[in-house]
Amino acid sequence: MTPEQIAKTLQDKFDQAIVEARVDGLHPHVVVAADRWHEVALFLRDDERMKFDWLRAISGVDRMQDGQLEAVFDLHATQPSAEPGGLWGERHSFAVKIKLPRDNAHVASVADVWPAAEWHEREAYDLLGIVFDGNPDTVTDHDGAHPRRILCPDDWVGHPLRKDYQFPEEYQGIPGWAGDDRPLDKKK
Amino acid sequence: MSEIELQGQPDVLIDVDAESSADMVTEELLINMGPQHPSTHGVLRLLLRTDGELVLEVTPHIGYLHRCAEKIGENLTPKQYVPYTDRLDYLSAMNNNLTYALAIEALAGIEVPERATYLRMIMAELNRIASHLVTFGCFGMDLGAWTAFLYSFREREHIMDLFESTCGARLTYSYITVGGVTHDLPDNFVERLREFLDYFDPKLPEYDGLLSNNHIFVRRTANVAPVTAEQAIAWGLSGPILRACGPKWDLRKVSPYCFYDRVEFDVPVGEGRMGTVGDSWDRYIIRMLEMRQSVRILRQLLDQLPDGDVMAKVPRTLKLPPGEIYMETENPRGQLGFYVETDGSPIPYRVKAKGPSFCNLSIMHEICREILIADIPAILGSIDVVMGEVDR
Repeated sequence: MTPEQIAKTLQDKFDQAIVEARVDGLHPHVVVAADRWHEVALFLRDDERMKFDWLRAISGVDRMQDGQLEAVFDLHATQPSAEPGGLWGERHSFAVKIKLPRDNAHVASVADVWPAAEWHEREAYDLLGIVFDGNPDTVTDHDGAHPRRILCPDDWVGHPLRKDYQFPEEYQGIPGWAGDDRPLDKKK
Repeated sequence: MSEIELQGQPDVLIDVDAESSADMVTEELLINMGPQHPSTHGVLRLLLRTDGELVLEVTPHIGYLHRCAEKIGENLTPKQYVPYTDRLDYLSAMNNNLTYALAIEALAGIEVPERATYLRMIMAELNRIASHLVTFGCFGMDLGAWTAFLYSFREREHIMDLFESTCGARLTYSYITVGGVTHDLPDNFVERLREFLDYFDPKLPEYDGLLSNNHIFVRRTANVAPVTAEQAIAWGLSGPILRACGPKWDLRKVSPYCFYDRVEFDVPVGEGRMGTVGDSWDRYIIRMLEMRQSVRILRQLLDQLPDGDVMAKVPRTLKLPPGEIYMETENPRGQLGFYVETDGSPIPYRVKAKGPSFCNLSIMHEICREILIADIPAILGSIDVVMGEVDR
């Protein structure tokens, strides 16, 4: 299916839950309402026309100006060959975006739909603070229930890929960058 | 049945017959394998829940090599960021450069000269051979076969020399960059590469005798931790370890980038020749077969290599129009993906790198159940992770 057809099918099926569709350009995608995401994900995987069996990546994006965090799900649908041992093809690929409020970013985990999501979701929590409720590897601490961190240590404070992230002045007694000379701060 | 009373504890009785039987109750023990362990290929910690020699569960803990690669990408222009992509999967730096360059070129609408694209493909395929040689050598070494390592590094040295004469570096090349490649080929490169291919091609059957068909090696890898095709796709596996499970899926064929539609090659898949489809031996042999295909591709590329520029006209300060793209290419270890978002400034707003090893490693927890401790190096070696792109 073409990106237009995929977006149309989703709009017909889910109506209000498809907030926006951008099918022109290099990265065709739809924006799905956060509370309907799990339902849409199941449809994307199981519907005969969709068959998105492969979650390629979850990329988190911080939109500080809009006060939003975004999770971008890139999906593939494979086409097994008709005869055994033949070359597989690509049925289609598409992307879904979820927009969440920056101060309370919660969305349902889709690790039960695509197992690959488990680690991607943990990474998106670790680096951007998007909480995927129901991730199989969830821990509860003073930040509430959230997926376990994956790249940073479990006791790390903050989410490094947020645009307003300040590098800590110390971690476990190890001094970090201090003062004005912060090489990673964006100078514009 | 005879029972004895434990000294000082009259309510504890030990069944003497049971004590001497084979069905002893053992205690579960948590063991850390790594982060510093020779067969974890870098700094990876595997938490093993063991019962005697039996491993009940494996939980990978990653992040020891996290260097904020994505944050750095949000602070540098694309050309400045290319050297950082070298350090993702540092055994196939050319392929990493290529993916990032393709993503940026698609966003900025840069047309790459034909010769540059050919040079990119030559380097990418040469790097694939070099990378698979490391896999071959290290996998053998993990299982106690030292010789394979020495042979593979001898061959790899020729490729390193070719790279060095082209761009000066032996591991982190930054050769493929936005707009093309940094240098044209040095004198005699084509002849030297042909010479290498003629030398290397007959060596491959030698390795099969050395390792692939080695009885001990086969016994240690065949039927160990097989993955089904459905499992592989659900967990997002890609590259040789996906093809080992059966799917004939290769991005170079599925959605050809560069000029992969101009060359002929086959996509080897796992057939379960020594055991089950998708077992550790299948994951290993795919790489040996892929090296033959890369040799085939390289010969065709050398025959087709046109003259011309190697660099497009790219302004010094490249303005990136607002847009976004998710670009994936077939790296030696699987599909490396870059999600790049731009907002009109010369610096991308967001750079996300999805390393194939990241997904490939995540299945460890699923497939390593009720195995022996000695199987873990065999499984990890066949998955072949590079921690640089797992931790980024």
